[in-house]
Order: sequence, then structure tokens, then C-alpha cells
Amino acid sequence: MTALVLIESEHGKIRQASRSALAAAAQFGDVDAIILGNEGIDAAAKLAGVRKILHVPALKSALAEPTAALLASLSSSYSHILSAASSMGKNILPRLAGLLDVQPISDVVKINDEATFVRPIYAGNALATVQSSDTVKVLTVRGSSFDPVAEEGGSASVEVLEAPAEDGKSSFLRLEQTESDRPELEVARVVISGGKGLKDESNFHSLLEPVADKLGAAIGASRAAVDSGFAPNEMQVGQTGKIVAPELYIAVGLSGAIQHLAGMKDSRVIVAVNLDPDAPIFKVADYGIVGDLFEVLPALEKAL
Amino acid sequence: MKVLVPVKRVVDYNIKPRVAADGSGVETQGVKMSMNPFDEIALEEALRLREKNQADEVIAVTIGPQVAQDVLRTAMAMGADRAILIRTDAEIEPRVVANLLKVIVERENPGIVSMGKQAIDDDMNATGQMLAAKLGWPQGTFASQVTVADSKVEVAREVDGGTEVLSLSLPAVITADLRLNEPRYATLPNIMKARKKPLETIEADSLGVDLTSHLKLVSVAEPPERTAGVIVETVEELVEKLKTEAKVI
Amino acid sequence: MTQPSNDSTAIERDEMAFDVVIVGGGPSGLTAAIRLRQENPDLSVCLLEKGSEIGAHIVSGAVLEPRTLEELFPDWKERGAPLKTPVSDEKLLYLTKKSALPIPALHMLMPQMDNRGNYVISLGELCRWLGEQAEALGVEIYPGFSGADLFIEDGKVCGVITGDMGINRDGQHKPDFTPGMILRAKQTILSEGARGSLSKKAMATFDLRKNAEPQTFGLGIKEVWEIPAENHRPGFVQHSFGWPLDTHTYGGAFLYHFGENLVAYGFITALDYRNPWLSPFEEMQRTKQHPAFKPHFEGGRRIIYGARAISEGGIQSLPHPVFPGGVLTGDSAGFLNMPKIKGIHTSMKSGIIAADAVLEALKNEQPEADSYMDRLRSSWLWQELYAARNIRPSFSRWGMIGGALYSGIDSMIFRGRAPWTLHHPHADNATLLPADKAPKIDYPKADGKLTFNRPESVFLSNISHDEDQPVHLQVAKMDVWKEVNLGRFAAPESRYCPAGVYETLAQDGEEEQLVINAQNCVHCKSCDIKDPEQNINWCTPEGASGPNYPVGM
Repeated sequence: MTALVLIESEHGKIRQASRSALAAAAQFGDVDAIILGNEGIDAAAKLAGVRKILHVPALKSALAEPTAALLASLSSSYSHILSAASSMGKNILPRLAGLLDVQPISDVVKINDEATFVRPIYAGNALATVQSSDTVKVLTVRGSSFDPVAEEGGSASVEVLEAPAEDGKSSFLRLEQTESDRPELEVARVVISGGKGLKDESNFHSLLEPVADKLGAAIGASRAAVDSGFAPNEMQVGQTGKIVAPELYIAVGLSGAIQHLAGMKDSRVIVAVNLDPDAPIFKVADYGIVGDLFEVLPALEKAL
Repeated sequence: MKVLVPVKRVVDYNIKPRVAADGSGVETQGVKMSMNPFDEIALEEALRLREKNQADEVIAVTIGPQVAQDVLRTAMAMGADRAILIRTDAEIEPRVVANLLKVIVERENPGIVSMGKQAIDDDMNATGQMLAAKLGWPQGTFASQVTVADSKVEVAREVDGGTEVLSLSLPAVITADLRLNEPRYATLPNIMKARKKPLETIEADSLGVDLTSHLKLVSVAEPPERTAGVIVETVEELVEKLKTEAKVI
Repeated sequence: MTQPSNDSTAIERDEMAFDVVIVGGGPSGLTAAIRLRQENPDLSVCLLEKGSEIGAHIVSGAVLEPRTLEELFPDWKERGAPLKTPVSDEKLLYLTKKSALPIPALHMLMPQMDNRGNYVISLGELCRWLGEQAEALGVEIYPGFSGADLFIEDGKVCGVITGDMGINRDGQHKPDFTPGMILRAKQTILSEGARGSLSKKAMATFDLRKNAEPQTFGLGIKEVWEIPAENHRPGFVQHSFGWPLDTHTYGGAFLYHFGENLVAYGFITALDYRNPWLSPFEEMQRTKQHPAFKPHFEGGRRIIYGARAISEGGIQSLPHPVFPGGVLTGDSAGFLNMPKIKGIHTSMKSGIIAADAVLEALKNEQPEADSYMDRLRSSWLWQELYAARNIRPSFSRWGMIGGALYSGIDSMIFRGRAPWTLHHPHADNATLLPADKAPKIDYPKADGKLTFNRPESVFLSNISHDEDQPVHLQVAKMDVWKEVNLGRFAAPESRYCPAGVYETLAQDGEEEQLVINAQNCVHCKSCDIKDPEQNINWCTPEGASGPNYPVGM
């Protein structure tokens, strides 16, 4: 069996989520990768465990229509076609599946065998094990569930592919980068959230922001902090706010009410800082510091 | 131009899902069911196009058992002009949904199919893309802004790290993201009026589409509970562990 | 068809007219709706329900005596009414901290507690079924719409005004603002359950309580558990009194096995309790640890949580249930039979009787359905409540043991026909002792397996509540709260609220403040009842706010 992985680059490097998808694909057999545009080709060739890089310079905008058509034309050589469960993967791979009339499988978190997969449903409140009878399996995989392949160590051959003619039905106009230096809460790799323990709005900003800056983190808030006016509604993490699942979630001065936990429990690594050793947040935290956040946060900023 | 809005009846988003004791699925008996929230947004966008005179008819369609007509009544109470129930008691996967919707699209000839980016039950996020592929139409997924002009539609899409703007020729499939709009309430008079709007029922197995699934649900389980980790004494120790053990910074 | 409303905000409101508008889709409202259309299929009947669907706000035990259902639908079995679990075995226990004393020969000693022939049901499920029957009969049911105000013209209730939607926390209109409508009605039936907000207004406006004793309420808090099939005993019914409540507090636990491996467990605490340190929620939690209850939960998982106040006062506390343009039914008036621990059959019966009186008033074009009272007095409902009238007040008067002894005598010897009537001396808001005069109660910590804290519990009520709306729990005077609630009673609302709505918070060095987490509210109405100075007013939030209890509740 051979798998094909649609990979993405960022600043000349291959995105970690794509490297996780490659790791997942390696469970099926040989792995080829396909990359669009002209960035990150050198980095792609060095990826560990990749047999061949298919380089498609013409599709630099990664429009779903021609990309899915190209993938469909390649599909007969592959048992599995994968990508990260990124906005690009989720845009293109289901369209590919539509062309092939196969049922795609989104957000895979575990591979049981070549046809059986585990994926979250109901916003992560349940895990479904599903079995595919399609001859080509089309999957997007959750980055946080698979250890990424190494950036170096491989020496894949690079093959340039011509893109099929575009049909003119869709065209790329522009990309508007997020203006703020701070990433958006739902897509941030690191989130630091504050609760009532910060005591007032000015502490909320003056203590959380320096740490967030160091980590490139988004800032979230508990409902109590929002209710107390420390932070605007958009920052609320939890059942009634935003559901986040970053690589690293740092909860500061919030007790971890169940509604809050519902919004962040799928984070890969959770750190809790709280004065109360019985706070429920410690029950889900991988690392905890029982201590005064007014001392811990400045120290953390210095140590980073 | 017609706008077709496929809507799905799902467990209401306020309900905490409960995995059945036998692992066969998530309990849906006796819990409140509602229109998928993303579909409400897609419907709202269709209604706004009609209010701007860019569309002249909004048609809601759903697939499911007889009771699924509830969400069609809701759609019509929000403002859809008429509705179609494709009736089946079978569990059908998104691929089959796309195949069924294709038949309806070919019959109704809408200029836009406006649908939610994903259903909050199976979270598959695939039906719109598959339908677009099968129709050979362009797609604007995860839309946060939709502007129709001169037989084209400009779609702002929520992508990792920003907003991508595409221009699509019509007809096209658009899938709605959370920030596209704030759906309206169904008012009492409109709920009353909706009871008199036309609702057509079509048997799914009369449409010449194979309803069998390619993806079998083997079992459903509760996610493993997180367990408490370690308490560290100092900030230095924490940073060290995050770097070397957890490898997140 | 628009005209200015009669409320202070004077918004232009759409109007619609019906023969009858019913507020509340519980057992009495649905029964009344069904009866109206059964008797006169030409009537237009509109029923409002503030929950997102019929059943969404229903909490009850429940053991159902099927008597009224049989009157309403003699063919209820063929129609598939959800009465699936006949009572099979019954226990009444007097608890001490470690042991349980079963009351023997229950059907002799307390014949009203004999549950043979009754069914353990989910009232939420029964109401959903009644809703289907009502719709099939042509009743127009609108869930997700609250009756926010009475629509009064020329001293007569002429319908209700539904709640406005789309107002933000500060009272400003949001882009999706949708004003409520005037639903005109020739007759309005208020069936909101205990302490309904429109019923409260009707009682005050028309002085309906002038000849009634104060109503006394209980707070019922309930959990539904799913347990392993091998431990399930369908139809097993257990009630307890005694521990853990002090002898001045009326109440106890119930536990019913029903349905598919489900156990309904709940605890009712009378809201005339005296000790401000008492927490009905914690009493409910710790009772599960008693050996008479604990084994029932073994290997199970808790799946639903909810709470609701009930009217316990009985016949002495009934208001005059008729006012110009409408009537009160069910627990809105207070037809529950507390000694029997049952209110569904009585509430449904009041719905039937009210419907008959309303039909007569409509036929004769009278503004008041004044035959309601006579019809009540000549019904079995009245006899039943009359016979039960002395039991509940005997507990207020003589405490737990005295009340239990009296009840046995009243039931066995006098069979409810004692030549005297005991009274309810005070309203529930007037009973608290000052905090420094009452013993603090040391409740055990939740273990997360059998016992839980409030936030985890409320999570299982599936509450929907748009947080950007005005706070629907209105504290009229914060200085009164500070002086009385905080100063004298140590903020009892932070303990009696089963949903953790009320918290006191002290900022550094500042005085304690009241924080109202309105989004946690399960609509039990206890704060409106128990607040010492009646300083908290429970108003309807946006329609479809509040819990979403699934079938099983």
C-alpha cells in the first residue's frame, strides 16, 4: 500500500500538522507527498520517511477545484490520500472524495488498521470508530494526535507535475492576514487563559500579555473573568464560549468549572496555576503550580 | 435566482451528548433536536440575498425520517419559501447526502447552494465540498462574507492565519462558517405562517441513488478522561518540562 | 393589527386573537388544552411554553396515579401513553444517620401513600405525549415563547404578551430585536407551575389570596441515573424521611426504578426551613451516601440533573382560582397533594375542571369562568385535598416525629375527616432564624462519583441561556440584600439555589458583593419564594432559555 499526503509549507518549512499527517500515513506503507506552489520544496525533500515529492508549481493558490481534480487523477496509484485537518485539507480532500464517490474521514485521531479509524464526533464529546470499505481512503488527520516526522533525515526525489487546466470557475483574489500579532483563539498553537484570580482588568492585561507575547499565544478568559469585566465576551473559553484545542493551554487563576473544562479539555498539554490545590483544573492539568499567580506569571515571563 | 439550503436535524447544541451504554452511538431518543446551527447561518445568508433582491426564492431541503420536517418548518418560519423532505429512515452518510442533493439541485436549478460547513453531530465537514465536486461547481467553503455581483460571488473564507477571498462563477456551493451572520429568530406570526407554506415529500429511494454507506460505524466511546499530571515546585522546573518532556515550547 | 401595548415600554406590538390562551405546557395546561378541543373542536386554543420544547422544563418524581389520564383518554393504552413501569414494590423508610426503619403495613397506616396500581413515569415524557395528543386535536403549541406579562384591558385579563427577544444585557435592542406579541384571548388559563410569574401577578392584581393562608412550597431537586441492568428493579419505589434533615424541616428523598435501567432520585426540602445554613442541594447529595440509598447507584452514571419548586400548602393555601378573563390551574394555584407526594393527577384534574368552566363561560359569553369553584368543590379532587389537609401543617407545628404521629392518627382514625383544620402560620420567606442563632452544617465534600458539586450538576441540565440579555433575576434593592440577606442570614440564596446562581464575592479589602449567574438558572423559582424580604423577583428570560431536560426527567 502507498499513501499520498498533501502537505503545506509556512515560512519555507513544512507545517508541523503536515508532518503529523506524514507520520500517520507511514502506518499504511510507502509515503509520497504532494506540495503546491514554490515554497518549502527543499524542506519537503529533506523530510524523514518520504519516498517521493510531487511538486505542482502551478497550483500556488491551492484552489480546491483544480487541486482535487489533480489528486483524483493520481488516485489510482494510492490506497490512502491524506492531509492535515487544516483549513486547506478540509477544503480540498472532501472535494476529492466527491469526485471519487468515496466517503472521506475527517479529523482522524487514531488509526486502528488500514481501514479502521477513530475520530471525534459531537465536538469531541464522543469518539467514533469507523470502518471504510472504499478502495481509496481519503482522510484528514488531527496534528496533535500523531508525533510529526522529523524535518530532516530523508532524501526524497522531487517530481514536477503539470497542473490540469483551470476551468475558470474559481479564482483567488487575495489573502488578508490576521492583523493582530496575537493569533486567533480557535487556531492558536498556545493559549493562555485567565480567571477571576487576576482580580481586575488591568492585572488581566499586564500579567497575561507579556507571557502571551513570549509564547506567541492567544489570550482566553473564564466566564467569571468575562462576567467581572476583565475581558471581552470574545475571549471566553468554555461550553458557551469558544472551544479550543491548542498544543499548550495555560490556565491561570481559574478554578476549572466544568463549563470551562468543556471548552479546553482537548488541548494536548494543560498547565494550571492556582492558589487552591483543590481547584478542579488540577484534575485535568498535565503540569500544575500551586502558587500565587502574581509571583508565578512574572517569573514565567522571565524564564521563557 | 433560487437558493437551495440543505439543513440537517441534529441533537440541539445545548444538550450534552451521551454515549449509549452499549457503545452503539450517541443517545438521540428523547433529547431535543434542532436545526444544525451552521445551517441556520447558511439559511440566514440565503434570506439576506433574497431581501437584497439577489435571489427570488429560498428552498430548504432536508433528508431524514418524517419528523425531520420539524427543521423544515423552522426554516420556513425563519423565511424559506418552501421546503422539500427527502424521506428515509436509513442512516445515510455525507457521500449519499451529496448524491441525493445533486438530484434535487438538478431538478431545482438553484444559482447558489448555501449550506453549513459541518453538522455538529458527526462533525464531518464534507457534504458541501462533495456536492460541489459532483456538480462540477466551484466551492466557497467556511464563508465569513458573501457578496453576489454580476453572476459571480465573492466569498471571504476563514482559513488558518487569515481570510482568503475567492471569486466564483455561479452556480456555486457556499458553506457557512460561524461568523458569516447572526441568524434571526423565528417570530410567532412567522411560525404560524410557516404551517401553511408548501412542504413537498419525496421518498429517498425513488431518486435512483444507492443509499448504502461506505463507512460503517463500528462503535462509539466516551473520550478517555484526562488524568491529573504532576505538581511542579518552580517556574524553572515547569519551563524545563514543557521543553524537554512535553516538547510544546 | 398593531397597537401600542399597555406596558411601560410602549413598543408597537403585533396582535393575534384566540378563544383561549394557555400559559405553560405542563400537565394541567396540556390537559386543559386537550379537554377544550375535545369538547369544542371549533375553539382556537393557543398554548405557550417558555421551554425550548414541551417537556424541556418539566421536573417531577414521578409516580403517577392514572385516574385523571383515564378520564381524559379512556383509551390511553391504545394511544401509547408512556406509562411503562407499574409500581412493583414500595418502601417508606424513617432514616437515622446509619440505619433505616421501614414503616410497616403502609397501605393501612398511610393509605394515601399506597402506590399499587400506579406507574413510575417520566413526567417530561408524559407531557411530550400529551403535547402530541393536543396538537393532533388542533391545539396550537408554541414552545420557546414565554408569557412575559398579562394583557389587561378595562380590569379584565384579555390575553398575554409574549417575551421580547434580542435585548442585550444593558437593555438595548440588538440587531435581531423582535418585540413580543399580544395574544388576545377571551379566556386565559395560567398553568405555569408553582410560583408562576403571571400567576403571581394575577393573584396580586385581583387579590386572589385574600381568603387563603400563605402558600408553602418545597424545593425538589432531582437526578436521573443510568444503572447496570442487573441492578435494575423496574417499579421499585422508595421514600424516606428523617435524617439528614433537622426535626423542624419537612422533606425527604424519593427513589424510583423505571424505564430502561433508569433510576430517578430526588429530595424535597420544604422551603419553610429555619436554619439559613441549610442547603437543600447538599442534603440531597449526602442522602445518597445513606446505606438505604447508596447501593442503588452502584456502577451507575448520573445523566440528568434538575430542580423545581412545588406547592405544598394544599387546600388551605389555594387562592381563589378565578379572575376576570381567566383561571389558575395545577401548581400555579396549588392543587398538589403533598401527603400523597403526588400532584400530576390533581393538576390534570384541575385542568379538566378549569376547561369545563371556561367552556361554559365562553358559551355564555361571561367574562369570568365562575363555575370553576363550584365544579372544584363537587369533584373528587376537592375531597382528596380536603382529606389530606391536616398532614402537611402538622409537621410545621409539631416537627418531624410529631407530624408523622399525627399523620398516622389523622389518616387511620379520622380518615381525613378530623373535625378541625390545621393552619399554615407563615409564608416561607418569614421562617429563617438569624445566622448566628442557627447551627452551621458541615456538609461532606463531593466525591465526584456518587456526590457532586453544583457546577457539575447544572452541566447536566443542558441549559441554554444567551448571556447577552437582561438579568432575569431582579434584585430590587441591593442595600436590603446587604443588610438582611448578607448581614442577618449570611446570604442564604447562595445555599438554597440548586444551580449556583447566587454567589457572594469579596474583592480585596472590599465588602462582599452579590454575583448573579443568571445563565445557571434552572427556573425552580426558589429565590422568588424564599428571599426573606421578597427582594428577588423571578421574571421570564428570553423564550427557550433555561434547562433542556431530556426524556427521563
